[in-house]
Amino acid sequence: MAASRRAFVLGIVLLTIVSVLSVLGATGIGRLEIPWGTVIAAIGEGLGLSPTGSVERTPLVVVFDIRLSRVILSFLMGAALGVAGSVFQGVLRNPLADPFTIGVASGAAFGAALAFALGWGGTSYLGLGTIPLLALMGALGALALVVILGRVQGRLRRDTLVLAGIVVATFLSALIALIKALDEEAVSAIVFWVMGSFQGRGWIHVGFSLPYLLLGMYLVVKCGRELDILTMGELQARQLGVEVERVRRRLLVGASLLTAAAVSVSGVIGFVGLVVPHLVRMTMGAAHQRLMVFSGLLGGLALLWSDVAARTLLSGGEELPVGVVTALVGGPFFCLLLKRKRGGIILD
Amino acid sequence: MISVEGLSAKYGDRIVLQGLDFHVGEGELVGLLGPNGSGKTTLLLCLSKVVALHAGKVAVFGRELSAYRARELALVEASVPQRLEISFPFKCIEVVLMGRYPHQREFGDDSDEDLAKAMEAMQLTDTLELAQRRITEISGGEAQRVIIARALAQEAKLMLLDEATANLDVAHKMEMFDLFSQKNEQGGTFLCAMHDLNLAALYCQRLIFLKNGRVSVDGPTTETFTEENLSNIYEAEVKVIEHPDTGAPQALFVPGAERGAHGA
Repeated sequence: MAASRRAFVLGIVLLTIVSVLSVLGATGIGRLEIPWGTVIAAIGEGLGLSPTGSVERTPLVVVFDIRLSRVILSFLMGAALGVAGSVFQGVLRNPLADPFTIGVASGAAFGAALAFALGWGGTSYLGLGTIPLLALMGALGALALVVILGRVQGRLRRDTLVLAGIVVATFLSALIALIKALDEEAVSAIVFWVMGSFQGRGWIHVGFSLPYLLLGMYLVVKCGRELDILTMGELQARQLGVEVERVRRRLLVGASLLTAAAVSVSGVIGFVGLVVPHLVRMTMGAAHQRLMVFSGLLGGLALLWSDVAARTLLSGGEELPVGVVTALVGGPFFCLLLKRKRGGIILD
Repeated sequence: MISVEGLSAKYGDRIVLQGLDFHVGEGELVGLLGPNGSGKTTLLLCLSKVVALHAGKVAVFGRELSAYRARELALVEASVPQRLEISFPFKCIEVVLMGRYPHQREFGDDSDEDLAKAMEAMQLTDTLELAQRRITEISGGEAQRVIIARALAQEAKLMLLDEATANLDVAHKMEMFDLFSQKNEQGGTFLCAMHDLNLAALYCQRLIFLKNGRVSVDGPTTETFTEENLSNIYEAEVKVIEHPDTGAPQALFVPGAERGAHGA
């Protein structure tokens, strides 16, 4: 145990170092070539560590306001999806669950679609569009609906929860299709948003999603042990002294807040919340305390580099939706994991 | 230690337990017997507050069951369930450590004491060598012993066992019941739902027979484990003989006998 605790701490330290280096590295990569010295200086000046005026205006804006904010946003959202995925898989006791299983993403997409259709896509407040706001409201609304529908005789049951999630998601998808059919002009905006992207996102989006992200993390991270026990089934969890309803509700709300925070600013980005917890469970085991921590760090790294690929792969300067990149990489990778599995996935 | 008064339980409209009354004192090792569907599992689930009471009262250590918080109840009552639902690849030691949950406060690592108790429980159930293996990769009988270890690590005075040894081979069955007897002599109280009549007769001092959701017979093993009672309750022809070594009553079943002849 002491040895595995050391491995745990060492893993965290290593991944944290890699994360910091990745943030710096990804900030240096882009269409406009900027020398590394200038990148470092610009970050320093942006953070107020070095006096103003040491870097020219253009590289300062590009490095600090455009790239760094986007890199950090992608890392945070990847972390949110990684943690949310590990929680959903545990609570629903289904290793194939992901942050979108119970309809949170459909709610967000409906909110965004509504905003586009109402022509609010362009309006903004303090540089923040109405899209994230409506997407967040949609996500939380969908969650509330699922939790209300999933209750049977006052108890939040796993199977009814999944069913309620499917019902809500299907219904909302139909509404989105309806909006698309009625408003052809909004179609391309909706489609692009649903594929997920960080294009044009900045510090304001970091600030917008951070409270939900922090609250979500706070709710789930302390429940690692309860989550372990919940995977043994409700009956055993009660007999071991877990307040099943309270813990389950707390975990669901926390993980949904994480998902909502991510989806509302970036659209629907698949596979990170599914593949990353899987990979961690196969290598680190099923204990959720470490599963959540590593899924967060690895999820952040995965999405950060996926976004770098999304904005640099096409030579003409156009961007790919990052959701397309994660799906293209994540899909085959997931198949590989399934083929090579040892103890990672048990389906029966 | 457990007082049950007028206990009834329902699943939907179906009545499963009807007006049960009994008392189990501290230090007893009681076998809970009865045919399939007689309500044994439901009774144990009522006692561990998983299934809600429809009517009646249950008190554990003189305190009403409804007054216990989940964690408080887990400190005095440990359960071994009939069916295991394992879907994630935990190491066996991690599973046993889950039994320490009611003793732990808030977030943090397992203490050295938790680990020591878990290892001791694994030692007792002969599962120590499985500690680092994944529970999804061991046999059903081994997993069952790991779950028994988890219940022991919980350190509760009352153990509710639901077919806890049903999946075990004969040697391990005896080994587990020798262990329960030993824990019983040290003051532990056991209520064991069982199908193995002879195992029950060998180890339990008292038997409670359920039938159709009611207590049918309740008393010391020597008085209740009779041909008449067994034939009536199980609706099968049974001969009872004496165990050549211990003198405990043992049941032999008669093949081809007319079923239900003694029943209704």
